[in-house]
Amino acid sequence: MFDPAILRRAVGDAFRKLNPRQMWRNPVMFVVEVGSVLTTVLFFRDLGSATAANSAFTGLVSAWLWFTVLFANFAEAVAEGRGKAQADTLRKTRSETVAHVRTADGALVEKPSSQLAVGDLCVVRPGQLIPGDGEVVEGIASVDESAITGESAPVIRESGGDRSSVTGGTRVLSDEIVVRISSKPGESFLDRMIALVEGASRQKTPNEIALNILLAGLTIIFLLAVVSLQPFAMYSHAQQTITVLVALLVCLIPTTIGGLLSAIGIAGMDRLVQRNVLAMSGRAVEAAGDCSTLLLDKTGTITLGNRQAAEFLPLQGVSEEDLADAAQLSSLADETPEGRSIVVLAKERYGLRERELVGATLVAFTAQTRMSGVDLQAHDGVPARSIRKGATDSVRRWVTEQGGHVPDGLEPIVERISTSGGTPLVVADNTRVFGVIHLKDIVKSGIAERFEGLRKMGIRTVMITGDNPLTAAAIAKEAGVDDFLAEATPEDKMALIKKEQSGGFLVAMTGDGTNDAPALAQADVGVAMNTGTQAAKEAGNMVDLDSNPTKLIEIVEIGKQLLITRGSLTTFSIANDVAKYFAIIPAMFQDVFRPLRTLNVMHLANPHSAILSAVIFNALIIVALIPLALKGVKFRPLGAAAVLRRNLLIYGVGGVIAPFIGIKIIDVVISAAGVH
Amino acid sequence: MRRQLLPALRMTIALIVLLGLAYPLAMTGVAQTLFRTKADGSLISRNGAVVGSSLIGQAFAAPQYFHPRPSAAGTNGYDATASGASNLGPTNPTLEQTVADRAKAYRTENGLPAGTPVPVDAVTASASGLDPAISVANADLQAPRVARARTMTVEQVLTLVKAHTASRPLGILGEPSVNVLELNLALDEAH
Amino acid sequence: MSAAAWAQVAIVVVALAVAAPLLGRYLARVYGGGAAPGDRIFGPVERLIYRVCGIDPEGEQHWKVYAYSLLAFSFVSLLILYAQVRLQGHLPLNPDHFKGMPPVLAFNTAVSFLTNTNWQNYAGESTAAQLTQMAGFAFHNFVSAAAGAAVGVALVRGLIRRRTGNLGNFWVDLTRTCTRVLLPIAIVGALFFVSQGVVQNFHAARTVTTVEGATQTLPGGPVASQEVIKEAGQNGGGPYNANSSHPFENPNPLSNGVQIFLILLIPFSFPFAYGRMVGDRKQGYVVVATMFVLWLGTSLAIMAFETAPSPVLAQAGASQAATATQSGGNMEGKEVRFGAASCGLFAGSTTGTSTGAVNCAHDSLTPLAGGTVLLNIMFGEVDPGGTGSGLYGMLVFALLAVFIAGLMVGRTPEYLGKKIQAAEMKLVVVYILAVPLAILTFSAASVLLKAALGSIFNPGPHGLSEVVYAFTSQANNNGSAFAGLNGNTTWYNITGGIAMLIGRFFLMIPVLAIAGSLARKQPVPPSAGTFPTGSKLFFGLLLGVVILVVGLTYFPVLALGPIVEHLVGHFHV
Repeated sequence: MFDPAILRRAVGDAFRKLNPRQMWRNPVMFVVEVGSVLTTVLFFRDLGSATAANSAFTGLVSAWLWFTVLFANFAEAVAEGRGKAQADTLRKTRSETVAHVRTADGALVEKPSSQLAVGDLCVVRPGQLIPGDGEVVEGIASVDESAITGESAPVIRESGGDRSSVTGGTRVLSDEIVVRISSKPGESFLDRMIALVEGASRQKTPNEIALNILLAGLTIIFLLAVVSLQPFAMYSHAQQTITVLVALLVCLIPTTIGGLLSAIGIAGMDRLVQRNVLAMSGRAVEAAGDCSTLLLDKTGTITLGNRQAAEFLPLQGVSEEDLADAAQLSSLADETPEGRSIVVLAKERYGLRERELVGATLVAFTAQTRMSGVDLQAHDGVPARSIRKGATDSVRRWVTEQGGHVPDGLEPIVERISTSGGTPLVVADNTRVFGVIHLKDIVKSGIAERFEGLRKMGIRTVMITGDNPLTAAAIAKEAGVDDFLAEATPEDKMALIKKEQSGGFLVAMTGDGTNDAPALAQADVGVAMNTGTQAAKEAGNMVDLDSNPTKLIEIVEIGKQLLITRGSLTTFSIANDVAKYFAIIPAMFQDVFRPLRTLNVMHLANPHSAILSAVIFNALIIVALIPLALKGVKFRPLGAAAVLRRNLLIYGVGGVIAPFIGIKIIDVVISAAGVH
Repeated sequence: MRRQLLPALRMTIALIVLLGLAYPLAMTGVAQTLFRTKADGSLISRNGAVVGSSLIGQAFAAPQYFHPRPSAAGTNGYDATASGASNLGPTNPTLEQTVADRAKAYRTENGLPAGTPVPVDAVTASASGLDPAISVANADLQAPRVARARTMTVEQVLTLVKAHTASRPLGILGEPSVNVLELNLALDEAH
Repeated sequence: MSAAAWAQVAIVVVALAVAAPLLGRYLARVYGGGAAPGDRIFGPVERLIYRVCGIDPEGEQHWKVYAYSLLAFSFVSLLILYAQVRLQGHLPLNPDHFKGMPPVLAFNTAVSFLTNTNWQNYAGESTAAQLTQMAGFAFHNFVSAAAGAAVGVALVRGLIRRRTGNLGNFWVDLTRTCTRVLLPIAIVGALFFVSQGVVQNFHAARTVTTVEGATQTLPGGPVASQEVIKEAGQNGGGPYNANSSHPFENPNPLSNGVQIFLILLIPFSFPFAYGRMVGDRKQGYVVVATMFVLWLGTSLAIMAFETAPSPVLAQAGASQAATATQSGGNMEGKEVRFGAASCGLFAGSTTGTSTGAVNCAHDSLTPLAGGTVLLNIMFGEVDPGGTGSGLYGMLVFALLAVFIAGLMVGRTPEYLGKKIQAAEMKLVVVYILAVPLAILTFSAASVLLKAALGSIFNPGPHGLSEVVYAFTSQANNNGSAFAGLNGNTTWYNITGGIAMLIGRFFLMIPVLAIAGSLARKQPVPPSAGTFPTGSKLFFGLLLGVVILVVGLTYFPVLALGPIVEHLVGHFHV
């Protein structure tokens, strides 16, 4: 987090950000800057005329006020730092390439990528960079997308279907494809990504705006309190210097949160970027914290991508081992994950090893037969075998065609597996049905605990699946989701989102297909998979570069953490003021009203050191809290009441107490250093 | 807003009629029927002449009468057309001086040794300037003077004080108090 | 503090604990929209009023229309009251032949009653005709309280309604508050007060010859009918200058106890009604508890400070110890029949509510007690505040508390499921800024202006307190005073009037706008992730936010006023 290069650059940026036109965006710190200028002017005006002690005091206050502004700017600059570094890397990939545009008559014309128009067809060959965002309209190729995702394994991109979208700046490794350009130069995904990570297009989020209004309101109240204090002091024959009044004002206005607010927001976005999630707006991150319903796709999120063999169920008269053996034989050539899992299960349960098959003919799965298997020639006295496994009705038909008979015992087994949410694969050898392989969805380990955590946070999980209701219910129960939507069509999904939203719930979902796009747009947080279609990526307000749907949970947690950090530091900042009053008010008036010393509960050495200590504490607390602002308050999946109790104790009560201790320590130090 | 002005005017008039006229008139009617004396100000008459209200304190200076508290109502005190307090602040030097002067005069008047603490109600002005009552402690200290001036025994006077001491309603509300006008009238009656 | 003093507090608490929830239940039905108790009695009267005024009682109003109705009603009734006090010399029911008030005093007085402040720059017994008192002041005592109730109820509707711009009907809420809530209490209370000795007649002032032969002029007037609504509607403007310390307004300790009860009754009932209306009584309990703790804390503090000996009086030779024969304490500006303890309880209650009636001279309270009543008003009249206004004031604090700390649960802030966003925060900020702006600006100007400085009566820090108290009381629509300050000057009449208008309408209009904004929202259903606003934890948070926000705003000026006065003790200029 604190890379020296980033820190060096941040120091410079902290000074550059002093530009009043930029400071104006942050009213609290702008007031501090005005105060700094004012006290600096006073310092130089009184240089020579005022007593040395007063002059030094004004100088020190002025210096620390400048530090206060600089520390706040530094916090923002550090938060921006990593994004900027990342943007620099991305910019390199964006370098100009030459596009080979295919014209209407089929000829290829060379065109700089910056001059491509939407709809241009570009031919990209192995080794070439894809010149712009678009869709593959012809061909299939493996593409290296590491420039954007950081993932070095190449991915397949092909025309048609849900894997057709390609991103400008990625490199084709094999085969030739034709890409139809879908974004204007300067508005490509890469451009947007650079702008996002750099924070150039950063706009204040709704909650940030509301919080800024409150902070501005508090600033005005304290401005009133301090400005009106001078007439009251004059009435009391205890007129104050401008320096002291400015010091009081700066200590009272919420500089801690005012100084760290934008850093917290940037760091929150950055935490998403570190997890390879691009949020198109800060609004989406806040919405993620507010989400109360998560729509989770079953496959890939709740269950492992593929079904696995869980048990072998032989028919009467067949030993389990024989069934396992036949199943393994039929799957030896089956390289699908399901096939592999059958081989593995047979090995685990019965010690059946994979063997080299002599004179075997592999029968591959086809959409027509919906079966796969193997034909073994007779050898060494072993009769020839013809083993098949596949969907119940296909195998049944095949056995009947061979002249065999399907025993009555098969149907109940198949029925039971279906009811429990599994998939039955029937295994047969010529005319004889051996039994059934139970393929099961495997729920990811630990997922139930995460859902439990979400439930504690008041978030409902809804599983979306194309399975039938029976299967869906079984998996939902095992995974511990609150609800499920079975045999879900995109329309069902959309309807569900609208229903949840009309009940006041905020909905988050993931999606990748073009038919997910309307739902992604409708959801409050729509996370599109980077492998998904262009339409999906444009409809959602976040893109997951890793295309890992489980990340939705992390996104929600990051959203919550961002809000918690913001709230904690706001509370802390306001709670701090109590101690500052006790430091400064007695210091201001104890010369005129000696008994006011009883309010000097911290026993600060003298008025100057008391005021200075408060100002220094006020500046240093910003620096001290930068790591917290950037890393975020530690997140725990607990209920709101528990989280609130804990944070109120730490940041509310702690916020009252901490400055008493801090100011006292600073006072001891500077009085030892001889400041009067 | 203009569209609301007419209903506003009508509503104002309707509610003035209901709440500003009908209600107080009705209350006055009922009050005058049920609690005429009280509604008219709890007036006290002697020999057919009204001498005051039992609720409103009045000035007494002669030694044979119990003296009420200092009053800030009007220039000479107990002016019922100018009710009010001294409004002297708690640390105002004038307050200290005034109270000290009153304490001195009280001690002299009642023959108390110098430096005797004087009951606080005897040296402070009331809120209304029309306080009809004094504390029992204050009355007890004045009783010997009154007895002397009337050639009564102190016990006789104290018996009357006791008779005109109102205790706390419900045993807990407010404080016991001695009604000065009623007590003085009773003294005149008795002696 | 004596056992009797504690017992007085206990009896008030018990009476409220019984009555407020019951009245709250009744209020919830009065404002709930359905059938309500007493429809057969009140219905015909109300229908007559609606018909005469040309109002459709079923007509729902958008928040802006609701606000316009409030403003139009305020404007018209202000003009009428101004005319009444200016022209009272030419109007009937003026047996003492009082002349019209001069323009600036008339302005201040009219605004004062309009805004439920009842600041008295005039002395009733020598300035206000009986018609002015009943058809002007007492009438406003009813309707200014009812308008507060309407705004409070509108905010509650904003919280419970969804996807609508409508908040109910101002005219209906105004009328029903008068007929069903205030008038019944007033009728019973007025008769009780007469039975205790509060006057109720139309006589001119009567001059009598006293026992010692001096003359004394005893005022008359329809006092009891005004006295009851003065307390029950948290108005505080007494028929007489001395207010509730005047024996004709508050003749004995029992009437005093009932006045304290009436001051507190309706404001403490509103949060109970609120809990019922939102369908979660705990929400109401949290508001009640916060109000109660602030009220009890400040009242007990004032009682303790006032029953303890005042050093200045002790120095001057007064005996202030509580004994069997005297109650002792700081009796300057207090009545013997009430004693210091009752006065402290009254002072805490009248400043915790927007009443401002006084049964003792606040200017003469010991510095810490004076500081506490001042702080109590600075809380913004929320412990428990005025009719309806106490509720909306506390709910605005609740919105603020939710906004500051709500983020800490990891959701953007919401209250009762309604998201608190920039639009609401803007209005909340206007609400919390308006009153300090008026208080601090006018007070600061007053201590800079020679002419204004001349109004100060007591020297030193106490003089500063007088000025700050004047604007604090007016800007918060309380009406009590550090009465040594001469407020009847052009400067104070005008600035005070402006402060009262700011403190009324710059709070009410934002509240209605908040209500309108909230009513449009779709609430988020509660879940384990919802910020808990019906819990002990939120009670603590709300209490903390009220104290912190108010304390931080006013600590400097409190330090230079009451705190310095207390610490310095004997201050000689």
